[in-house]
Amino acid sequence: MTPRTFLDAASGLPFHPRAREAFLAALDDGWADPARLYSSGRSARQLLDGARASVASVLACRPEELAFTANGASAVYAGIRGAAAGRARMGTHVVHSAIEHSAVLHACAELTPEAVGVDSTGMVSVDDFAARVHSDTALACLIAASHEVGTVQPVAELALALNAACPEVPLLVDASQVLGRAPVASGWSLLVGSARQWGGGPVGVLAVRAGVRFRSPWPEDEHEGGRAPGLVDLPAVLAAAVGLEAAVAESSAQDARLRALVDRIREQVALIPDVEVVGHPSLRLPHLVTFSCLYLDGESLVRELDALGFEVSSGSSCTSSTLEPSHVLVAMGALTHGNVRVSLSRDTTTEDVDRFLAVLPGLVARLRDEAGVSGL
Amino acid sequence: MTLTLDCLGRPCPVPVIELARALPGVEVGQTVTVLSDDPAAGPDLAAWCRMRGQAFEGGTGSSWTVRRLV
Repeated sequence: MTPRTFLDAASGLPFHPRAREAFLAALDDGWADPARLYSSGRSARQLLDGARASVASVLACRPEELAFTANGASAVYAGIRGAAAGRARMGTHVVHSAIEHSAVLHACAELTPEAVGVDSTGMVSVDDFAARVHSDTALACLIAASHEVGTVQPVAELALALNAACPEVPLLVDASQVLGRAPVASGWSLLVGSARQWGGGPVGVLAVRAGVRFRSPWPEDEHEGGRAPGLVDLPAVLAAAVGLEAAVAESSAQDARLRALVDRIREQVALIPDVEVVGHPSLRLPHLVTFSCLYLDGESLVRELDALGFEVSSGSSCTSSTLEPSHVLVAMGALTHGNVRVSLSRDTTTEDVDRFLAVLPGLVARLRDEAGVSGL
Repeated sequence: MTLTLDCLGRPCPVPVIELARALPGVEVGQTVTVLSDDPAAGPDLAAWCRMRGQAFEGGTGSSWTVRRLV
C-alpha cells in the first residue's frame, strides 16, 4: 500500500489534535442551548463566551464584534451582503482584487463588481486599488494572502490609503489562509475566515468592527448578534477556538520549518525544464507553493501524484467543476495548464518533501514522453 | 498567408502543444491562428508566448493569433 502524503493544507486541514479533543469533550459538556438558564445551558454559555473571547483575541477585535457562522463561505456571504446592505443608499459598487476566493466573487456578483488586477507575482497595487474606490463605493474586498499562489497582499497599506481617501468605505479582508499562521494586518472593517484552514473544523468567523454599517442578510434573531441564524454548533465552535489557539502557539516554529521546506520545493521544481513556479518569492504564505508544467494537463498530474501517494490540488481548468481555469492564474498571466498547488501542514515532514521532490521530475518527464511533447 | 490550427473541442494544453509544433514551420514575422473554444486557451497561449519569446497578438474568444519572432 502506497503511503498517503497529504499536501493540500490550503483546501482544509484535519482537526488539530487539541481541536479534536475539545470537539469530543463538547459532545458531552457543550450540547445544551447557551440561552437557557438551567445549569447545562449556563455551562454551554460559558464555553461559547470563552471560545468567542479566545478567537476575538487572535483577531484583535472585541468579542461582541465576532460571529461564528456555519462555514467560511457563509461568513463571506453574510459579510459582503451585510456590509453592502448597510450602505445600500450609496449604490452597489464593490471593488475587489482579481484574485479573491470564488466565494467573494460569487457574493460580489450580486452587486456591481470592479476587479483590480495583479502583477505577475500575484500582488495587487495599493495605488491601483485605491484609485478605483470612491466615496460612494459600497465596499472594498481584499484577500490577505492568495489561497492559490500564496502571495501576501498589502492589507495594512490599503487600509491606510482607503482611510485617508474614503474613510467611510468599509474594507472586508478574507484572512482564511492567514489566521493561525501569521498576525492579521490591522485596518480592516470586516474580517472573514474559515476554521477548516487552521485545523478547527467546519466553522466560519465573521468580525464586524463596531461602527461599521451592517444590515444582516438574515432575519435578525438573538443569535450571533443577528449575523448568523440560529444556534451555533457549539462543539464545532469550541474545536475552532481551541484549534486556533493551538495553531497560533505553534505558528512561529511552523512558519520557519514550512518556509524552509517550501523554499526547497521552489528551488528544486524550478530546475525541471519548462516548469514555472508562480507567486511572490518572498512575500508569501509560509506553507504554500504553486507551479505549472508546460504541455501537461493538471488532471493527469493530480491523478498520477495521487497514485504515487501525494495528495495535491490544481488550478487547471480540467480539474475544476466548471472547466474554467483558475481566475487567479489568469489574472497573473501564469500558465494555467499543468498546474499543481502544494500546501504543507504541521504533519508534513522533511521526508515527505524529499520523497515528493524525488518523484516529481521523473513524473513530469514520463507524462511529457507519453504525450509526445518532450523537447517541444 | 497565415497558418490556421483548428483545435476546437480539444482541451488545454492541446492548443498550446499544436502551436508549439506548428510555429517552427512558419517564417519569422509570420503568424499562426489558433482556433480554440477552451476558456484556458487565450491565457495559456499568451503565457507560452511570454515563455518562448514569441508575440501573442490577441484574439476574439475562440480565435487567437501568434506571431513568430524568434
